[in-house]
Amino acid sequence: MPAPLMQLDGLTKSYPGVRANDDISFNIGEGQIHALLGENGAGKSTLVKMIYGLVRPDSGRMTLHGEPFAPSQPTEARLNGIAMVFQHFSLFDALDVAENVALGMENPPPLRDLARRIRTVSEAYGLPLDPSRLVGELSAGERQRVEIVRCLLQDPRLLIMDEPTSVLTPQEVEILFRTLRKLASEGTAILYISHKLEEIRTLCDEATILRGGRKVATCDPREKSARELAELMVGQILTPPERPARAMGDVVLEVENLSLKSSNPFGTSLKDISFQLRAGEVLGIAGVAGNGQDELLLMLSGELRAPRDQVRLRGKPVGHLGPNGRRGLGVVAAPEERLGHAAAPDMTLTENALLSAARRKRLERGGFIDWGKAEAFARDIITRFDVRTPGPHVLARALSGGNLQKFVIGREIELDPDVIIVNQPTWGVDASAAATIRQALLDLAGKGAAVLVISQDLDELLEVADSFAALNEGRLSRVRPAKGLSVEEIGLMMGGSGDMHVAHEAAE
Amino acid sequence: MIRLERRKEPSKIWRIANPFLAVVLTMIAGGIMFAALGKDPVAAIRLIFFDPLFSEQFGSYSRPQLLIKTAPLILIAVGLAIGFKANIWNIGAEGQYIMGALFGAGVALAFYPIEGWYIFPLMILAGALGGFMWAMIPAILKTRFNTNEILVSLLLVYVAERILAAMALGLMRNPDQPGFPGSRDLRRYDSAHNAELIANTGLHWGVVAALIAVIFAYVMMTRHMLGFHVQLAGQAPRAARFGGVSPARLVIICLGLAGALAGLAGMFEVSGPGGQVRIEFATGYGFTAIIVAFLGRLNPIGIVLAGFLLGLTYIGGELSQMMLQLPGASIQVFQGMLLFFLLALDFQTNYRIRLTQGARA
Amino acid sequence: MILGSINPAVLLAALMVAATPILLAAIGELVVEKSGVLNLGVEGMMIMGACLGFIIAVNSGSPLLGFVGAALAGMVLAALFALLTQVLMTNHVATGLALTLFGLGLTALLGQQYVGITPPRTPRLDLGPLAQIPFFGRAFFRHDIVVYLTIALVGAVWWFLKYSRAGMILRAVGENHDAAHALGYHVKRVRLMAILFGGACAGLGGAYLSLIRVAGWTEGMTVGAGWIALALVVFASWRPWRALAGAYLFGGVVVLQLNLQAAGVRIPVEYLSMSPYLITILVLVLISSGKARASLNAPGSLNKPFHASS
Repeated sequence: MPAPLMQLDGLTKSYPGVRANDDISFNIGEGQIHALLGENGAGKSTLVKMIYGLVRPDSGRMTLHGEPFAPSQPTEARLNGIAMVFQHFSLFDALDVAENVALGMENPPPLRDLARRIRTVSEAYGLPLDPSRLVGELSAGERQRVEIVRCLLQDPRLLIMDEPTSVLTPQEVEILFRTLRKLASEGTAILYISHKLEEIRTLCDEATILRGGRKVATCDPREKSARELAELMVGQILTPPERPARAMGDVVLEVENLSLKSSNPFGTSLKDISFQLRAGEVLGIAGVAGNGQDELLLMLSGELRAPRDQVRLRGKPVGHLGPNGRRGLGVVAAPEERLGHAAAPDMTLTENALLSAARRKRLERGGFIDWGKAEAFARDIITRFDVRTPGPHVLARALSGGNLQKFVIGREIELDPDVIIVNQPTWGVDASAAATIRQALLDLAGKGAAVLVISQDLDELLEVADSFAALNEGRLSRVRPAKGLSVEEIGLMMGGSGDMHVAHEAAE
Repeated sequence: MIRLERRKEPSKIWRIANPFLAVVLTMIAGGIMFAALGKDPVAAIRLIFFDPLFSEQFGSYSRPQLLIKTAPLILIAVGLAIGFKANIWNIGAEGQYIMGALFGAGVALAFYPIEGWYIFPLMILAGALGGFMWAMIPAILKTRFNTNEILVSLLLVYVAERILAAMALGLMRNPDQPGFPGSRDLRRYDSAHNAELIANTGLHWGVVAALIAVIFAYVMMTRHMLGFHVQLAGQAPRAARFGGVSPARLVIICLGLAGALAGLAGMFEVSGPGGQVRIEFATGYGFTAIIVAFLGRLNPIGIVLAGFLLGLTYIGGELSQMMLQLPGASIQVFQGMLLFFLLALDFQTNYRIRLTQGARA
Repeated sequence: MILGSINPAVLLAALMVAATPILLAAIGELVVEKSGVLNLGVEGMMIMGACLGFIIAVNSGSPLLGFVGAALAGMVLAALFALLTQVLMTNHVATGLALTLFGLGLTALLGQQYVGITPPRTPRLDLGPLAQIPFFGRAFFRHDIVVYLTIALVGAVWWFLKYSRAGMILRAVGENHDAAHALGYHVKRVRLMAILFGGACAGLGGAYLSLIRVAGWTEGMTVGAGWIALALVVFASWRPWRALAGAYLFGGVVVLQLNLQAAGVRIPVEYLSMSPYLITILVLVLISSGKARASLNAPGSLNKPFHASS
């Protein structure tokens, strides 16, 4: 066993009402790839924020190379050889690659030298990058490269990676793993945060599992089965959702050769999209984030208007209708972003129930709101979908992610739709809530509704979908039956862009 | 160490208490300011906040003035508040107020000297139309070209002021007295005169209109889908689009409504208390109404209370101008301070201050 | 011919003077907005600078002290804005308006006794032979030093934003404050500095009005210059040299309409004097209708509240 590079001893951190980390201790060895495993809310990000100097522990100690280590800010952590690749929020769209890299370094060389070093290092690790491009124009995978290269240029002793594969295709994941193994063999320790079990079993030497802010185990993930790991992580035995047997009905929703410009300057435009959706069918659409998922949902929900005849409901053109027009005809949607899009954070659950249900549930008459009826409807959702909250007067932002998601999906299901479109229905949701949500979608399909699930979680799609397609740079692949698809095939559907093959070869 | 911690739900108590606290703090800070300027602070504060209502010397003059000053403030603030709720920042109500007055007076002067019952209603329509049209400029530029409504509506105030001057000196000048700038006195033209409905109370048609506007706004904001959409668009614009709200439509409605109400206020003023189109006609009601809207928590009922308070400072300002030789604009110091204190206090509504021990382990 | 009576060299010279106050205010606000903050109180900070700069210059007899005092006065008001918006998380629009109302009122009170007084003269910069060049000498080389310093300031801001590390951090904070925070930059500290700089610039712009351009104090004398400076930043799409071009263009309009007034054109003064505002609106429309490009340039976090979650 290699000598420990970093020791964590009894780290504890509380926020009002939550103990985010409770007495957490483990070691990270030099050159070790150490997994940090846990559900959302298990305390993974608080822990790494403490290591990276963004948060200070209430109690407990860290040592680095045997010396006490208590960074008060990220600068200090970086000077001590700790680098971090963030899951979100650390790139600047309107700045170029070199500037983005420089901002993450302590003593960056002049930009011209830096640009040269970015080229060399990025090619050496099989992650080619053009230092003069604006970050806003890069794909999700390329953006991650910027973050990784930024870390590599500082010769880190410990590299922290927060959910790095959520934005990658399976092939890109392969390249990333090769890079990480190479780094580890050169002596860099890697703290790898994830909730994807198979990944951890292939990549990591050791795993620390957190649940509810406490450490439940440190083990060798290769000696455990994925199921064992899952049960350690969730703390209960999971049952896969039931899929009621059902017959496919007629085509309900049909999109034909649709191209649509994104309303966001850094968004992805939809290109020549065609598919059909039948009653009782669950169509899963996979894809790496930022390949047009948001735009697809907006186009189907009516927030982005489409040419009239290119979106049809039971043969009737509906492309020109807005969200309420489509709801009236039985098409409902649940967007990815719960707070701010599917629900208004500073409004009560009653008001949020009114948000999409006003007309279909007759909560208003002649524009005048029946608040009593709206509240009864909110209460109804809360009981039927087991939303844990004191009542409908609570603000949406006071709910946990899983509970709010149950409320939002529940609201749309209660509208008794013929077609439902959901984007990332279980993202950031704990396992039991995720299971509830998937089951509810399958039950709805069982009753004859057409369901379209957009998700970046392949396991989820394989669990619920009857048929399968993938989005790549705004284009939709051919729809194929989900049964018998291999992960390799799905990967090729999701990406397989030329530039990745080049990277693949360069790495070899 | 002091930490700000976001509350799970905004504190209701502070929401209501803060405006009162802000008034008290403004009086204290204002007193200090007057003391620094060498005036007696207690006398000055008394003169501004109490004498208009309770002094024997001025009371009989200034009590009716209270309704006269308050009505336009409420009328304008009610409209602005609806826009502010939707995050639509019309800060050019002063211009819309001027245009309403010019349109209203224009109708009256066009009919002069014909007498008829229909003239005053026509003036009301014209006043609303004038404000509405002036507000449509930023609204349409916003929806068509995405131009910032804050800057456009504000810049149009300066344009409106110059149109007002041009009218007072040119087209609308009283032909019987060409030596003086300013139009005919509408108070001497019966069909156009917005007279007191009950003598010596200050109660004129503008007060009635303000009352109707408050009730209308209250019902709309609490019971109607339009009010719900306004709040939704202000708090979560993407959720509003998901709920089927058209942002462009909302911009038109909010700016149009506020413009029409400001125009009405201007029309009632020019045909009553103001009397004529003059260069100095606009006295900043459009700006003060912004403070009224905030102080009243963008809530129609709160706006009524805040309107009376700021109406009071208007009269107090006039008194202090007479008695203490303070410049008229000094009342704006009070208004600015009031807004500062209110905003500063408001963070307690959403955040809790916590003293924590040093975070070291 | 009326226009014939206007000397183009004098016109150019007057244009540079007319443009300087709004350029000063705009270049300050540009830096503020690049850091992700929209300070709508420019008008209030300008009038504070105009008033206090004037009072200090008159009492001390030194225009230099006046300018220094004006910059400080602008900064004091800016500090108030920073305290409210950055620490107490208040609404930017409301706070900016409060700043303007407060500034207008306070200066009316403070400047009451100074109406009608002439300030000490700010000397012209003696550029020797340059000033003697025909036409160009009159147009460009016979100004007070502030005109040239303002141009230098535009250059300095351009260099700072484009080439310095501090400038890069400022842009990063304005572009994505969450990312900047995650990397360990002090978002609020950076913004505080930017806001103070903006306040100082607005104060200087105001003092230029009262000490040089108008050479006198009257209540509310900025008449919307601060708002025009705000519009100028949008017009410039947050680029310093374009702000300079915009300010000179605007100065040209102001000077031209003043000359037309003086030349007795048969349009009432009131209509001529509204032209700067109308042209500002027109320019705003033209800029914002080219949607995609202008919005790409706008700082990504402009006017979004920031509260560190950790």
